[in-house]
Amino acid sequence: MLKVSDLSVVFNEGTINEKRALNHVNFELNEGDFVTIIGSNGAGKSTLFQSISGAVDIKEGKIELDGKDITIDKEYVRSRVIGRLFQDPLKGTAPHMTIEENLALSYSRGKHFSLKPVSKKQRQIFIEALKQLDIGLEDRLTTKVGTLSGGQRQALTLLMATIVTPKLLLLDEHTAALDPATSQKVMNLSTKIAREHHITTMMITHNMEDALKYGNRTFIMNNGQIVLEISAEDKKKMSVEDLVAEFLKVAEASDEMLLRK
Amino acid sequence: MNSTVAIGAFELGGIFALLALGCYISFNVLDIPDLTVDGSFTTGCAVSVIVTTANYPGLGLVLAFVAGCLAGLMTGLLMTKLKINEILSGILTQTALYSVNLRIMHQTPNISLMDQKTVFTGFKGFDPFDKLIVIYAIVIIVVILMNYFLKTQMGLALRACGDNEDMVRASSIDTDKMKLIGLALANGLVGLSGAIYTQQQGYADITSGIGMMVIGLASIIIGQTFIRSTKIIWTLVAAVVGAIIYRFILTIAIMAGVPSGDLNMLSAAIVIVAIAVPILKRRKKHA
Repeated sequence: MLKVSDLSVVFNEGTINEKRALNHVNFELNEGDFVTIIGSNGAGKSTLFQSISGAVDIKEGKIELDGKDITIDKEYVRSRVIGRLFQDPLKGTAPHMTIEENLALSYSRGKHFSLKPVSKKQRQIFIEALKQLDIGLEDRLTTKVGTLSGGQRQALTLLMATIVTPKLLLLDEHTAALDPATSQKVMNLSTKIAREHHITTMMITHNMEDALKYGNRTFIMNNGQIVLEISAEDKKKMSVEDLVAEFLKVAEASDEMLLRK
Repeated sequence: MNSTVAIGAFELGGIFALLALGCYISFNVLDIPDLTVDGSFTTGCAVSVIVTTANYPGLGLVLAFVAGCLAGLMTGLLMTKLKINEILSGILTQTALYSVNLRIMHQTPNISLMDQKTVFTGFKGFDPFDKLIVIYAIVIIVVILMNYFLKTQMGLALRACGDNEDMVRASSIDTDKMKLIGLALANGLVGLSGAIYTQQQGYADITSGIGMMVIGLASIIIGQTFIRSTKIIWTLVAAVVGAIIYRFILTIAIMAGVPSGDLNMLSAAIVIVAIAVPILKRRKKHA
C-alpha cells in the first residue's frame, strides 16, 4: 500500500545548522494497517509525515502509494488521496467559513472545481456524515467554524479528511491539544472511521497507552530512523511498562514522555 | 450640496464601488495586499480611452476588464511561481504598467474624449440620471455575479485560500492557481472601474491610478464599520456602500475648501484611523 524506501530529509543543508531529520528510512504498509509511531521530540516523526504528504523536500529516496510513485508529486496533488490531521485543531479548517462550506471544499477533493454552489444532495450527505460524529453539529451547518471548540473543530477536520475516503490517513498527535474526554472521543472516532472505511492509517502519539492500545503495528523512531518495529502479535502480549522499557532501550526519552505514559 | 454635485458624487461612488469590489477580492477574500491596483486602474483608463476613441465604448469596458485581469495575472505569477514577496510583486507590476499604460496611450500622458460616443450616450433620454443608471446597473450585476461565484466550489476554494492556506492544500486545492484566479478577477474589476471612470470624466490621465488602492481599501473599511454582517452578500454591499460614503466625504471636503491635491492625504488618514482605532482601544484595555 505505502512503500517508503531509503527516505532521507536534510534541513539547512550546507549550513552550520544542517540537520538530517530523516536518515534512510525504509518501511512498507499493507492495506488497512494502522501504525502508531512513538519517539522523542526531534526523532523525525512529523518530518516523516511531511515528506509523505509532500510538505517538505526530500533529499533522496522513493515514496510509493498504492503502486504509484508519488515522490515528486506536489502536496496538493498528493492530498487527493492522503488525509491529514495535525495537533493544532485550528489548522485543518477555515474559521471564517461555515461548517457546510468547509465540508463542501473537502468533498470536492480530487475533483475539478465546478462553478456550482452546494447542492441539496450534497447537503444531505454532509448532515448524515455529521450525525456519525454524534456531537450535535448536524443542525449547525451554517455556523462559522471559528466559533466551535477545539474538539469540535478536530472532529470536523477528521470528517473532512475522510469524507472522500483517502488511501492513507496521517494523524499527527491529533488529540494532544484536546482535553482528556474530548481527546478520547476524537480518538475513538478516528479508529472507527479508519476501520469502517478500511483506511491505511499512521498515527503519531506521545501517549504510550494509546500507542499500544490502537493499531496493529507500532514504530519507535529515534534520530531520523525507525529503530524498532513492534508487530501485531507482540503488541497483544505487551503491557505499557513493557513498551516503555523497549522504548528506553532504543530511544532517548524526554521527561515529558515518561510523565505522560 | 446641490443635486448636480450629489449626482456626481453618486456616479463616482458607483465607479469606485467596482474598484472596492476588486480590492475586496484581493484584500478580504485572498488576504493579499495587492499593490497592482494603482497600475491596473490606469490600464483600464488607457484601454478605455483608446477603444472609445475608435468608437467602441462598450468594447472598451470589456477589453479594460481583460487588460486588468492580465495585470493581476502578472502579479500573481511573480508571487506564486517566482515566490517574490506579495507587496513587491504588486509594486513591480505597477511600475512596469506605467510604461505599458503610456504605450497604450501612444506616449501621451493625457487623452481627452471630447465629444466621443460613450456607453452613456444611448441613455441620454434619462438625463441627468443617464450615467447613474448605467453605472449602477453594472455595479448590481457585478455584485450578483460575485455573490453567486463566491458560493460555488471555486469561490469556496478562493475564500479558504485567504482563510487557512494549509487547509486548502490539504484539501487537494492548488493554492497557486486560486491566487492567480483571484488576483486576475480583482484587477479585472479595477480595470473596469478605471474604464468607466474615463468615459464618465471624459479623459484618461497617466496619473489617474495614484492612490486607488488606498481608496479601495478605505471604501471597504468604511463600509464594514456600517454593515457588520459577515454574510457574503452583505460584505459585498458594504464595499459598495463604503465607496459611496467615501465619495461623499471627499465631496464634502472639497466643498469645505480642501484643495483636491490634499485628497489622497485624506484617503490615507481614513485608512490609518480605521486601522488604528481598534488597536488603540485594545491597548487602553490592557493598560
